[in-house]
Amino acid sequence: MATVSIRDIRKSFGPVSIIKGVDVDIADGEFVILVGPSGCGKSTLLRMIAGLEDVTSGEIRIGDRLINDVPPKDRDIAMVFQSYALYPHMTVAENMGFSLRLKGTSKAEQATRVGAAAASLGLTPLLDRYPRQLSGGQRQRVAMGRAIVRDPQVFLFDEPLSNLDAKLRVAMRAEIKELHHRLKTTTVYVTHDQIEAMTMADKIVVMHDGIVEQIGAPLDLYDSPANRFVAGFIGSPAMNFVEGTMTEEGLSLPSGTILPLHQRPPAAVGSALTYGIRPEHLQLAPVGTPGAIPAVVTVVEPSGLDTTLIVKAEGGPMTVVLRERVSLRPGDAIALRPVANQSHLFDAAGLRIASL
Amino acid sequence: MTLSRETTMSRAISFGFLVQIILIMNSFIMLYPVVVMVFSAFKTTAQIFDHPFAVPDFTQVQNFSRVLGETSMPTYFMNSILVTGTSIVLILVLGTMAGYAIARYESRTNTFILLFFLAGLMLPLKLAVIPLFILLRDLHLLDSRWSLIVTYTAIGLPSAVFIMAGFLRSLPTELEDAARMDGASEPRIMWSVMLPLALPPMAIAAIQNAVPIWNDFFFPLVFIQTDSYKTLPQGLTTFMGEYTTDWGMLFAGLTIAAAPITLLYIALSRQFIQGMTAGAVK
Ligand SMILES: Nc1ncnc2c1ncn2[C@@H]1O[C@H](COP(=O)(O)OP(=O)(O)OP(=O)(O)O)[C@@H](O)[C@H]1O
Ligand SMILES: [Mg+2]
Repeated sequence: MATVSIRDIRKSFGPVSIIKGVDVDIADGEFVILVGPSGCGKSTLLRMIAGLEDVTSGEIRIGDRLINDVPPKDRDIAMVFQSYALYPHMTVAENMGFSLRLKGTSKAEQATRVGAAAASLGLTPLLDRYPRQLSGGQRQRVAMGRAIVRDPQVFLFDEPLSNLDAKLRVAMRAEIKELHHRLKTTTVYVTHDQIEAMTMADKIVVMHDGIVEQIGAPLDLYDSPANRFVAGFIGSPAMNFVEGTMTEEGLSLPSGTILPLHQRPPAAVGSALTYGIRPEHLQLAPVGTPGAIPAVVTVVEPSGLDTTLIVKAEGGPMTVVLRERVSLRPGDAIALRPVANQSHLFDAAGLRIASL
Repeated sequence: MTLSRETTMSRAISFGFLVQIILIMNSFIMLYPVVVMVFSAFKTTAQIFDHPFAVPDFTQVQNFSRVLGETSMPTYFMNSILVTGTSIVLILVLGTMAGYAIARYESRTNTFILLFFLAGLMLPLKLAVIPLFILLRDLHLLDSRWSLIVTYTAIGLPSAVFIMAGFLRSLPTELEDAARMDGASEPRIMWSVMLPLALPPMAIAAIQNAVPIWNDFFFPLVFIQTDSYKTLPQGLTTFMGEYTTDWGMLFAGLTIAAAPITLLYIALSRQFIQGMTAGAVK
């Protein structure tokens, strides 16, 4: 187990710079998730930690050791790949024991360690099978077993669940979390699925275009996003955004509705702001209520647990999640009242300037 | 509903049936000459002309003992084995290494090198036999087994590189990365991970090159004069006299000559078929 510290890491492929200065500190035993849209450089960053990709500039340390130029096999790191990358010509046991065999561990010791890892993952009956004879979930587990057997200082996961179906994904999510709880090995986990990030992480690193947008605990990111990107990325369904202009009375929306603000944000009158509110923080109000946003229902999606409305409001479509069941139909006119203290204001540069 | 399912089923059956018939006929056409060759190897010349298709007495092995005892056949056989074996080993080793480099290391020259090999695939080397002859003469390789080995390796490499590069490119790089993380050195990755997976295409490259090399008559005829360096196809011609030919002995020699390559094919056919259909069935 060890800390990982990443200092001003940069990576370019030829002239194209992909990672543009990233700093992350990972505590001993922490479960950190790198999340961000496709192509933002998550895998590249992870592969740099693994040693599979050269670092253009910056420092990566595991514990106190600078590992920039240490080859992957000497970093004491195990990685689980998106495609699992199991060796097709080796049995499950051989796959899991390959690293031990390379290290020259004795046959008996190999068998014990592989056996123990297999038992903890429920793979014991499958040890003699080949990867092609396994289901997707079982392959996933073997890939994890291969990592566990090595008892490394750090685990790296690159979208390990993205090839599984939805149900299995939820089950494996819990399993990985439980595994981490048991082994307490420092883990860096990459995903573009923000639900995975929210549910599993001790700490989330939100990346976008090669930079870190925000680092924090899942609920901190949810409640206090640093900027518009994080606000829109974390949370599902995503936060609603409405463009407006600051006036004396409140925020003026394009068609003239004035949203009263409970307190004065630090913005000059006349400046353009973005108002953001999560779908569950909008409530139905009688049509014509002052301070409520008028809208027309376009889609009603009852899920049993809650009801999702997609409505056409001024300034574009908005999503509303209601805990109660409603008898609304497409075309109905409604009004939406924001819950107090749950909305955010972002300035023209996208930074959050106030929550009210 | 049931009716239509029955018609599709019967159509499927009759189609399968037709395919079987065609395949059986094809095997018959292919095997017939082989069988006649083997049968004739056990007959005297007179018997061959009297009863060409009769099943012989398989205890009559005097043709074989004479071929092996009284002619240079064993020498030719050894030469063929040496020349074909060495060429195939060289083709596989060099072809796999070149294919790996072309498939994995990204550089501008890669395409050029691959095209260079492809050009070799398209030009028949027989056209260049005169410059080749001069080259080998200047290298003092003429009239030796090496003249054949280097020529065959050069002929075989393009297709081997092409097959291996195509295959190795299709292997996921994550597999190598995983091995790298597991602590494998680069040669170890090649040996323990890539090579076992590359056996089917290597079998294809091996068979596809071994058959024409084993059977080649042209280059030995041009390059080899010394009897002790001759390979089987060239050697067998000495059995054909200008006025008389001992057909029984010739067929015995042919049977011996055809045996190794047939055995090789049978041994590798599983890999061969696997390689041919790789990716076709998921
Ligand atoms: N070897 C390479 N050469 C050139 N560009 C590369 C290379 N590898 C990655 N890139 C580029 O770097 C960017 C980031 O890639 P990366 O794989 O890190 O994205 P990601 O965040 O993991 O995305 P995803 O969620 O789709 O996996 C992409 O634009 C990609 O095209
Ligand atoms: Mg990725």
